[in-house]
Amino acid sequence: MINKKIFFKGYKSILAHDSPAIALGFCFVAIGALLKNLGFNIQESIFSTMLTYALPGSLVMAESLLVGASLLNIFLAVWFVNARLYPMAVSLFPLMMHKNQPKWKYYFSCHFIAVSAWLIMKSNYKSIPKEQRIDYWIGIGSATWSVAVLGTFLGFYFSEFLNKEIMMGLAILNPIYFLCMMVGASKTIQITLSVLLGAILGPIFYFFSPEWSILLGGVVGGTVAYLIGETNVS
Amino acid sequence: MSVSVVYAILVTSLATFLSRFLGAISSQGIKETSKIFKWFNCLAYATLAALIARTIIFPVGVLNEAGHSLRFVVVILSLAVFFLSKRNYVYPTIFSAVCMAVLVSFFK
Repeated sequence: MINKKIFFKGYKSILAHDSPAIALGFCFVAIGALLKNLGFNIQESIFSTMLTYALPGSLVMAESLLVGASLLNIFLAVWFVNARLYPMAVSLFPLMMHKNQPKWKYYFSCHFIAVSAWLIMKSNYKSIPKEQRIDYWIGIGSATWSVAVLGTFLGFYFSEFLNKEIMMGLAILNPIYFLCMMVGASKTIQITLSVLLGAILGPIFYFFSPEWSILLGGVVGGTVAYLIGETNVS
Repeated sequence: MSVSVVYAILVTSLATFLSRFLGAISSQGIKETSKIFKWFNCLAYATLAALIARTIIFPVGVLNEAGHSLRFVVVILSLAVFFLSKRNYVYPTIFSAVCMAVLVSFFK
């Protein structure tokens, strides 16, 4: 089953001095308050965070419900905005694959793919033996997921104390945290270029197709960065 | 629970899980030293950067009510805090929230 020692090592990683737990928690406080304002009850709000566990997707769902979008429209809008999770999964799971580990762990733990957990794992995986990385990952994922659920709970019940200024503060917190983590992770020419080109091309493509802008910015920016990096290496 | 909200949550979680699960399935035969892994790594970082840029420049929800210049100032100041604090992630994050709340209440 799961190696408890490694699992809790991963779980405790959110207690580090530069942990994403604070930022992630506050972001889900905002989501909890937003869902309450939309008319969700506490069960629906918690259920939403537990099952979705992706901030942009939850925001898109909330916006879509506001404008009365159909279920198909919600599905497509969320799928487009969360399509980033596919390359994130493909660029993470090979680091954790080991023949001694059962497949179910990988299928189960893919639910924990989210920016915070992904960036923590990318920063720390080298310090964990490959066979045990999946248990470490499940620990990180469980911890960030718990923080998200707790944040939603608090946000739901404290929403009446959150005025518009505080909500705006909470809304900028998550992109700033991710931005800093991305800048911090830019240690090779390929990653630095990927971050720069993605950040430039994403908003440019938004003018042509808001739905496809993230995917197009990522695919074009990432591919150009990869090719330039490979050319430099060779 | 109202039916439409539950269906919306289920559809949202299905759309989200699909990308995660397909990623886990298709990464089975990929080695971490392979070129395709490196390419997907670049795609992941670029896609995340595109998402962050879009969230800041074309936000949805309450952040949309703060002007472009206000968001730009908060981003620049937060990055300055990030570098001044020797690349600590927590200080600029907390600073950004406080800075945005103060600036919004000051300029409203």
